[in-house]
Amino acid sequence: MAIYHLKTPISEGEIRKLKVNDVIYITGTIVTARDQAHRRAIEYFKQGKPLPINLEGLAVFHCGPVVSKEGEKWVALAAGPTTSTRMDIFEDEFIKNFKVRVVIGKGGMGKRTTDAMAKYGAIYGAFTGGAAILAAKAIKNVKGVEWLDLGTPEALWIFEVEDFGPLTVAIDSHGNNLFMDVAKTVEENRKRIYEKLGLQP
Amino acid sequence: MEIAKLVEDVAFNLLKQAVIYLPEDVKEALKKAYAEETSETGKTQLKAILDNIELAEKYMAPVCQDTGTIIFYVQAGAKVKNLDKIEEALVKATRRATKEIPLRPNAVDPLTQKNSGDNTGRFIPYINWEIVPGDSLELTVMPKGGGSENVCLTGMLVPGEGINILKKFVIEAVINAGAQPCPPTILGVAMGGGADIAMKIAKKALLRPLDQPNPNPEIAKLERELYEAANMTGIGPMGLGGKTTVLGVHVEYAFRHPASFPAAVAFNCWAARRATARIYSDGTVEYLTHKSLV
Repeated sequence: MAIYHLKTPISEGEIRKLKVNDVIYITGTIVTARDQAHRRAIEYFKQGKPLPINLEGLAVFHCGPVVSKEGEKWVALAAGPTTSTRMDIFEDEFIKNFKVRVVIGKGGMGKRTTDAMAKYGAIYGAFTGGAAILAAKAIKNVKGVEWLDLGTPEALWIFEVEDFGPLTVAIDSHGNNLFMDVAKTVEENRKRIYEKLGLQP
Repeated sequence: MEIAKLVEDVAFNLLKQAVIYLPEDVKEALKKAYAEETSETGKTQLKAILDNIELAEKYMAPVCQDTGTIIFYVQAGAKVKNLDKIEEALVKATRRATKEIPLRPNAVDPLTQKNSGDNTGRFIPYINWEIVPGDSLELTVMPKGGGSENVCLTGMLVPGEGINILKKFVIEAVINAGAQPCPPTILGVAMGGGADIAMKIAKKALLRPLDQPNPNPEIAKLERELYEAANMTGIGPMGLGGKTTVLGVHVEYAFRHPASFPAAVAFNCWAARRATARIYSDGTVEYLTHKSLV
């Protein structure tokens, strides 16, 4: 397990060095996107419309933050990750089209995303679910917000962050997926549990 | 003070206590899990959780950005006057809390997909009513996170298979939920009643402190057995592997129809938020879960 501090824009070379179980901290720009924002971004791409922000080399964060407007300025009060599996249906195209290098969320993602990460050079960084203040304290500035019509949880929030983490590399760009590894272990353990409880498979 | 305003103020305070400060029993269980976890990645997750809890208290900010669907449990003394004013007071408290704490607006019309923006809407906040003897009013709020809600399930099991089928149902629920409900989780398990009754009592079981096993020794034994089994899965903190998958298992039951064996598993994430207060007939208020704050 190695620890890396990365600055955006992150290059493909930097991403390829990372292995599952490594821990990374990101400094630079991260952008939130949940279901609705993913859907809209992909529609924009299909229509040839540019996104309000160029995501190349940046990190996309599965998060619906609690925000508050103080005067003209937005402040992120709580910003933990949401469950990433909901974005599995969008993420391969999202990585391919917009060249994001890091996807941040919780709960992991499936084979489709793992394959896209290997192909295009991206990783999945698991941020501790619910650790919203830890995340918010690493957000130094809310640089902007787009698509607020989707509601505050679903909008694109553009955050300037400093040492945002710890993010556990749970999917690397070599086809490894820590969640799938854990699933295999769980499969083995299930047999032991059934034996212990005297259950029929 | 008239009861409506008093209930509104108390409910507002409860919402604030609940979303910022985790109950002591939950914090203790997380500290113990951190001390005992052997997986390096699992330990990193638990450390982040403990750091986050400390920061939330320091900055008086919600411990998780998903401040949940707002659910109230009201135990109303039969002699309390103006009970018809309480629902409106709870709705007002929810609106105020959403604006002032603030809470994330989490109430969406399923037909139009529009977010009401203030955590209220048809049936939301949801109020569970119970009429009890006496003249005091006990209010509990459970801000219930969406990630752990998404893996809650009910099942209609085969009665002839006995208690083992329930154990299997629970273990399979934990395995299938995997990382999704933000483990380490707390499980509310119920058997009997009907499909709706099972889930209702399973969810209510999440309100029981972690250091309180079911008073029925047979049920308490089942709780321990399910707790140990769930922690054998290896899912671990945040599903990244480790030996802490659940912090506790609370089992409740209701009598069942001879032909039915309803079962329910309600998950709560590690940010297991709840707060309770009692309002007495003379207007005094006792905060029960967050005593040190008042």
